[in-house]
Amino acid sequence: MRDRASGRTVGGMRTLFLQAPAVSMLLLWMLVPLGMTLWFSFQRYNLLNPMISGFAGLDNYTYLLTDPALWTAMGNTLLLVGWVLAITVVGGTLLAVLFQQEFFGRGIARLLVIAPFFVMPTVSALIWKNMMMHPVNGVLAWLFNLFGFHAVDWFSSLPLTSIVIIVSWEWLPFALLILLTAIQSLDDDQVEAARMDGAGPIAIFWFITLPHLKRAISVVIMIEMIFLLTIFAEIFVTTSGGPGLASTNLAYLIYIRALLDFDVGGASAGGVIAIILANIVAIFLVRTVAKNLET
Amino acid sequence: MNQTLSKKLVLTLLAWFIALVVFFPIFWMILTSFKTEGEAVATPPSLFFDPTLAGYHEVMARADYVKFALNSVIVSVGSTLLALLVAIPAAYSMAFLPTPRTRGTLLWMLSTKMLPPVGVLMPIYLIFRDLGLLDSLTGLTIVYMLMNLPIVVWMLYTFFKDVPRDILEAGRMDGAGTLQEVLYLLMPLTLPGIASTGLLSVILSWNEAFWSLNLTTSDAAPLTAFIASFSSPEGLFWAKLSAASTMAIAPILILGWMTQKQMVRGLTFGAVK
Repeated sequence: MRDRASGRTVGGMRTLFLQAPAVSMLLLWMLVPLGMTLWFSFQRYNLLNPMISGFAGLDNYTYLLTDPALWTAMGNTLLLVGWVLAITVVGGTLLAVLFQQEFFGRGIARLLVIAPFFVMPTVSALIWKNMMMHPVNGVLAWLFNLFGFHAVDWFSSLPLTSIVIIVSWEWLPFALLILLTAIQSLDDDQVEAARMDGAGPIAIFWFITLPHLKRAISVVIMIEMIFLLTIFAEIFVTTSGGPGLASTNLAYLIYIRALLDFDVGGASAGGVIAIILANIVAIFLVRTVAKNLET
Repeated sequence: MNQTLSKKLVLTLLAWFIALVVFFPIFWMILTSFKTEGEAVATPPSLFFDPTLAGYHEVMARADYVKFALNSVIVSVGSTLLALLVAIPAAYSMAFLPTPRTRGTLLWMLSTKMLPPVGVLMPIYLIFRDLGLLDSLTGLTIVYMLMNLPIVVWMLYTFFKDVPRDILEAGRMDGAGTLQEVLYLLMPLTLPGIASTGLLSVILSWNEAFWSLNLTTSDAAPLTAFIASFSSPEGLFWAKLSAASTMAIAPILILGWMTQKQMVRGLTFGAVK
């Protein structure tokens, strides 16, 4: 015990002592729920009907995988992630180049354009639902009428598109913020040299800026994917997954099974699928980060 | 010279146009918060009107707004302080006493952040129900602390790595113990880093809206959950919604603007600096 107290001689023990609280808490936080989700996914377990119990084998999974609702939700999840990624990454890259240029009031314009990232999801969703996209009193309806188009009832006719717009608005500033930071480390001399050699702005963007941003872009894509796979609040306060299942993603489907149907077994099987999907992305992200890590 | 000036003007117009379009929904919300309920839903939307604080008064008069705001403050500040308390020793040992296992530990911590919350919704809900933590500030504080712990450790680690080792060595020569070394040498040196780490953790907790919607109902509901209660179709009170939302996002927007540079480190786990 004395050795542990004067840890200087026993460096390993001191490290253990200093890291133990953080490591053990995270270990518990990860392993206990993970183990329980796996266990429940093989059980017959419904909170509304305590009579049902026992080992279910693969029943929860077969039931889930043959349920068309799951495939609708998976499709919606893919569409949501895909579209938001395309919009925010392409938009974020172009905006990063624009906001890197010298112009009047650059500092303030930058603050305004990254602001949406700091707005809580429930507020973002409700501003858009009520004040922007409301079919009668919304600003978009007014604009559409002004230009002679018919106002769109966004959430009943284009539910998933509406969610994509809201979520893109929230995450575009994130992509911009990261890429703007990355673009600042671009070597000015290199750009200048290319310009001397007669390269136009598009050639400079394509052959110098874009390769320089490659790693930052891949980090943005992976971080966004992890968050976008489980978008919840925006759907919860706008469409509640509807009409029908038109805007239900995997996260919302699991929520319906878990806290509306109280089907613990089914929800857990869905949870396992979500965890597997997230892990596929996570492996790539951890690898990219690891490359950049010197200990 | 003239050509560069006109180029700059074009860029100014373009960039400001985009910035204003992106910011417009927030601007419109702030504007609506000063309207009466009637003006809030007027078509065509009114840009000029007699500003009124009625929306704010009504939101504040339903005394629960203060309660929800207090819940947000308690949960986000509490979880941040707890996370810092646990993370500072861990990040210290990783930065200054690296072992062959440090790298693996750091990457493993990052990977815990990848666990989708919805994947463990059921177990956490049931554990909380059995421990009586549903709709409690304690429960939500614990969840937020664990949620942010990996980011906090990582960010502190990157800041601690920047401290020259010689300074700590010198302190050690003078006979400082680990605790004194951290308290009197490391923390004052890295205070800006610790502060921005704390701010990021506060921002992430303040805006969190999965656990707050699923684990709280009324007593412990923070602002994210309170704002969600405006989503019911019969409750179309735009001026009040806007006033409540403006108050809910104002502090975080200002904190976010202040710490944007350092946030990039935390959000990308040091992969982009």
